[in-house]
Amino acid sequence: MAHGPATLADGWKAYISRWVFTTNHKDIGTLYLWFSFAMFILGGAFAMIIRAELFQPGMQLIKPEFFNQMTTMHGLVMVFGAIMPAFVGLANWMIPLMIGAPDMALPRMNNLSFWILPFAFAILTSTLFMEGGGPNFGWTFYAPLSTTYAPESVNFFIFAIHIMGASSIMGSINIIATVMNMRAPGMTYMKMPLFVWTWVITAFLLVAVMPVLAGAVTMMLMDINFGTSFFNAAGGGDPVLFQHVFWFFGHPEVYIIILPAFGVVSQIIPTFSRKPLFGYSSMVYATAAIAFLSFVVWAHHMFTVGMPIAGELYFMYATMLIAVPTGVKVFNWITTMYKGSLTFETPMLFSIAFVILFTFGGFTGLMLSIAAADMQYHDTYFVVAHFHYVMVAGAVFSGTAAIYYWLPKWCGKMYNETMGQVQFWVAFIGFNIAFMPQHFLGLAGMPRRYADYGLQFADWNMVSSVGAFIYGGAQIMLLINVILTIRNGKPVADEKVWEGAEGLEWTVATPAPYHTFEKPPEVK
Amino acid sequence: MLKRAKALFLSLLSLVVSLPALGSAVVETSTRQLNMPQGVTEVSQAAYDIHMIMVWVCTVIGVGVFGFMFYVMYAHRKSRGAVAENFHENLVVELLWTIVPTIILIVMAFPATTALLKVYDTDNPDIEIKVTGYQWKWQYEYLGEGVKFMSELNTSLDEVYGREPKGEHYLREVTEPLVLPVGKKIRFLVTGNDVIHSWWVPDFGVKRDAVPGLFTSGWAKTDEPGIYVGECTELCGLGHAFMPVVVEVKEEAEYNEWLAGKKAEAAEYASTIGKQWSAEELMVRGEEVYERSCAACHQSNGEGIPGVFPALKDSPIALGPMVGHIAVLIDGVAGTSMQSFADQLSEVDIAAVVHYERNAWDNNVGDVTQPLDVLNYKQSK
Ligand code: HEC
Ligand SMILES: [Cu+2]
Repeated sequence: MAHGPATLADGWKAYISRWVFTTNHKDIGTLYLWFSFAMFILGGAFAMIIRAELFQPGMQLIKPEFFNQMTTMHGLVMVFGAIMPAFVGLANWMIPLMIGAPDMALPRMNNLSFWILPFAFAILTSTLFMEGGGPNFGWTFYAPLSTTYAPESVNFFIFAIHIMGASSIMGSINIIATVMNMRAPGMTYMKMPLFVWTWVITAFLLVAVMPVLAGAVTMMLMDINFGTSFFNAAGGGDPVLFQHVFWFFGHPEVYIIILPAFGVVSQIIPTFSRKPLFGYSSMVYATAAIAFLSFVVWAHHMFTVGMPIAGELYFMYATMLIAVPTGVKVFNWITTMYKGSLTFETPMLFSIAFVILFTFGGFTGLMLSIAAADMQYHDTYFVVAHFHYVMVAGAVFSGTAAIYYWLPKWCGKMYNETMGQVQFWVAFIGFNIAFMPQHFLGLAGMPRRYADYGLQFADWNMVSSVGAFIYGGAQIMLLINVILTIRNGKPVADEKVWEGAEGLEWTVATPAPYHTFEKPPEVK
Repeated sequence: MLKRAKALFLSLLSLVVSLPALGSAVVETSTRQLNMPQGVTEVSQAAYDIHMIMVWVCTVIGVGVFGFMFYVMYAHRKSRGAVAENFHENLVVELLWTIVPTIILIVMAFPATTALLKVYDTDNPDIEIKVTGYQWKWQYEYLGEGVKFMSELNTSLDEVYGREPKGEHYLREVTEPLVLPVGKKIRFLVTGNDVIHSWWVPDFGVKRDAVPGLFTSGWAKTDEPGIYVGECTELCGLGHAFMPVVVEVKEEAEYNEWLAGKKAEAAEYASTIGKQWSAEELMVRGEEVYERSCAACHQSNGEGIPGVFPALKDSPIALGPMVGHIAVLIDGVAGTSMQSFADQLSEVDIAAVVHYERNAWDNNVGDVTQPLDVLNYKQSK
């Protein structure tokens, strides 16, 4: 090998240069993963503050204005800082390995798209210390609360969003270019692992909607600083326009988060069922169908805004339709397990929990699509519960599964199975104690983003807070597990690691060498 | 191992079960409502019915799917000697689980559509009420009756910050509820004055966004007198959780009596505008108005929140000419959260609060602002 990666033994200067200037997909994947975990802890800390304040009725720990900053920052950091970069990290690590490519197609851009992210989040987080405080208008930042009525730091928030958007677009272009151009000979599209498929489709979604988000924040910037009135009713603008633009980005965004999670689970379940994925091609078509539908259902977030009834009916029907391709996926996963030879290692546990809890979130999603009922659910804790079932039990559980699943390949050491399973159960139980009661709170009438609430909601809020603390603790356990594995896990030498694993990534040595597939493999 | 796990599970369970009890020790009234309320109107009933249909459809599908899944997890585990088969396609099954859910959805679309039509059936009301969301209170205007008033939270900050025990109606009480008669179809025209709010009464099944520059409408008709509590459901700033909706539904005779009383009040008020108020009277009333309408932003001590809400103590406006000070309240400051209070506060209240700001916290300007000064400014425009 011409040159290996610098380690600490080469001196800290060389070591830092390695990470800052790296164009290696594995290094960049690692950077993304660590960064996203750091953001996950930050966003989690915000969540803990929220749940601590909501532990009892009354304002005990913080003031309402800070509470609003916490809900906003929690959402922004988790969506843009934790979940999205985590899956980009997995894509960087795994896509070249899965399609037999030596690296990503555009390695320098890859470096740039990562390294602008820490700046974006440094800017965003610094707003908390500015006069007037950070963004306090919710992660959906509806105008005019986010324009005319926003704290001055909103300009920094807009800048940060622009940087994140640029990073995502660059990352997506890179993934699309890699998959289109760098597949090993014989690796036809319909042979690609499902994780690669879901990511390509996700990348197209990102390229399509990130500019829309950029447009929305730019219009805000103009309204705030240059006297335009896009969203200002007094100047002839329309606050509802903001919601249309935002959700035209926002709805595909939730699929951007969940599709790669589908991909991960579609890799793991076959491995531990020792049986090929059932309905591969229907999985691909279902993913494409979900992606297409995600563009035409955005206004189901706006049923109470006073659309004409024809609009409401259309968006209701279109939204209900999403249940069909989603159902296909769930049925396929379960049928993959059917007549397999199942074992329940930690990645499999997280994947099964994913299927169950995500499906549960899907049911509440179907309920939310019914416009007449949504008039009661909308903007209550029922919605909060729904999207945490699909985002946390969906995206975060699958991300955790991915870490346990591929960690041995990455670092050549096996995690401690008992610790992994204990972590799973703590996370699973904590999650459900935290979020199941929120369905009841919402149905009983508690709105979301409330810094304080009436006494009738006291019981379930307390239960929910306890669950949230347990779930938070589970994440610390995950961190400890990963660090212990890297430092003193039991070495694995087997290329396959898992008995039932299939695919190119399991044909390279364990741990994966710094450079792989310099000569393309032949896929039959 | 299994025994230990069981013990652990039981102790966790008892933790969960005992927690609500712990909560109740702190809090007197705590209902355990788990489901959507059926409410008292056709719309809320329709929402409840379609909600329950969905719950049952999802439950049946869920039991089937998860039941099968758990069976598979039990029966096909390697530890029981299961050997994996190799099939990975079956066109018939795959078509079936695409087509059957589609049919279920089409069937469900019918009741869903009927329910929505009910929500939108706002024609031919008997009474029309304009609901305006303000940061952080509601204004109700009985169209055509000349009756209009503000309804805002009546829970003290001392209760919120735990300096006083929380009352039974904590955050569910307002200065003046919306009053409605039974048996009449009421149309709500909902709009916003500053940011977007959302007016929600669960028992009516009415949740409509209050968007500045736009009217959305909802309706209610009920035969059951009572007090119904709702909330603001769209994030609207720091007072979002502190602007409840309270509606009191009365028998028709009582309602008419109440309406007549409100009209008389309005007439009587018109006569107090011309009166000369003493500095002491204005100070007392001004402090009340200030605490209610201004302190959330400018703070009780008049020092504001640096960078967001300016201090009024030693502010050039408060110490400057009276007309300028009145102008800020009547016109608001365009492009900021300092809105116009012309529609929210009466001339007397504006005069009182201006007087208060000019003479509280060592501002000591010493002049006396009369309601007539406010009226003059309004008319000069
Ligand atoms: C929603 C928050 C909010 C509320 C409620 C509010 N204000 Fe203001 N107020 C502001 C802001 C923001 C400004 C600064 C406007 C600007 O940038 O010039 C302001 C400015 C003022 C000023 C001018 C101060 C100066 O030195 O420029 C006065 C006087 C004032 N407010 C009085 C009141 C009174 C009286 C009330 C209650 C009836 C009230 N405000 C309620 C937010 C609020
Ligand atoms: Cu509000």
